[in-house]
Amino acid sequence: MSFINYASREINCKIVYYGPGLCGKTTNLQYIYEKTNPSAKGKLISLATETDRTLFFDFLPLDLGTIRGFKTRFHLYTVPGQVFYDASRKLILKGVDGVVFVADSQEPRMDANVESVRNLESNLKDHGYDLAMVPYVLQLNKRDLPTAIPIEEMLRQLRIKSEPYFEAVAPKGIGVFDTLKACAKQVLIELSKK
Amino acid sequence: MGASDLIMYEEEFQRIKEVISKLRVDANANVVFLVDKNGQQIAATGDIERLDTTSLASLTAGNVAATDGLAKLIGEKEFSVLFHEGEKDNIHISIVGGKVILVVIFDERSSLGLVRLRVKRSSEELNRLFQQIMEKTERERAAGESSFDSPFAEITDEDIDALFNE
Ligand SMILES: Nc1nc2c(ncn2[C@@H]2O[C@H](COP(=O)(O)OP(=O)(O)OP(=O)(O)O)[C@@H](O)[C@H]2O)c(=O)[nH]1
Ligand SMILES: [Mg+2]
Repeated sequence: MSFINYASREINCKIVYYGPGLCGKTTNLQYIYEKTNPSAKGKLISLATETDRTLFFDFLPLDLGTIRGFKTRFHLYTVPGQVFYDASRKLILKGVDGVVFVADSQEPRMDANVESVRNLESNLKDHGYDLAMVPYVLQLNKRDLPTAIPIEEMLRQLRIKSEPYFEAVAPKGIGVFDTLKACAKQVLIELSKK
Repeated sequence: MGASDLIMYEEEFQRIKEVISKLRVDANANVVFLVDKNGQQIAATGDIERLDTTSLASLTAGNVAATDGLAKLIGEKEFSVLFHEGEKDNIHISIVGGKVILVVIFDERSSLGLVRLRVKRSSEELNRLFQQIMEKTERERAAGESSFDSPFAEITDEDIDALFNE
């Protein structure tokens, strides 16, 4: 749910990074945090377990500058990918404006990717959203690993509409900003339609 | 998305700020702020310079969301008030009109009883204001796209690229 404040001339949008456990959602936010100008970012908050698995969410507020005199702010969230955190995952999706699906390219993780897309779809539905209508970007992460399967195969299994997709190596930042930018763009275009 | 989007106008914003400022004084509190259930800050007043209000907003919403989840699990509709007591500062969190979260931070100069009482009064007023905002938004929407002057109506690719190149 975007929030337009005409009084303070601000617009806030929420983007959620979704995907199976260990696919690299938190790493995406960490990279964005590291590479963003201090004046444009808030604190990166990670509610994580002692072993650095996301427990509830990561949160990063980004100020992307102004459009037509409106300060444009994106709130980036990750969900916990582990299957048994589904209740928390669903909570984070509330009020979402755009979703980045981070897929793990490793062959043994394909089932988990597919399962997670289905889970996304059903959790969105519970909030009254239709995945087909939500701004959406697919990121194929961990392209650097030897067990990564061919792009075509991943797209065949994971692509659900004509969403943009990006190859990524999140710890190195490859594809990270391209992914975010593509999602932000769809979100803003969606806003302009209202 | 769609009809549930919150749009804040100057007039209502000023009135909301007045209500929470008054609440802060009446309740002897340090900080009062309003957040929507998705963690976006709506308005804040008081000693906020030393506070990371963006993080506060997000964590408050997370807290409320988790507690709502707990409530449903045990068959409650919601827990309408959350209270966290610290050594020095305390946080009182309540839900206004089912949609907006009202947060009051106070220390020993106030008391839970006083905060509770004042929050109750202000909540009614805030509830009315948010009701008005919703109705206004609906009206503007119904009146058609043209009068609903979205700042993004003619957004271009260049606008979006520019955002990321600063
Ligand atoms: N080689 C390689 N490792 C990666 C890549 N992306 C993430 N990792 C590593 O994968 C591990 C898990 O990454 P996280 O970002 O914590 O995963 P997550 O999706 O947030 O996991 P959950 O919080 O459990 O849902 C970390 O050790 C990362 O360094 C990648 O592109 N290549
Ligand atoms: Mg994580």
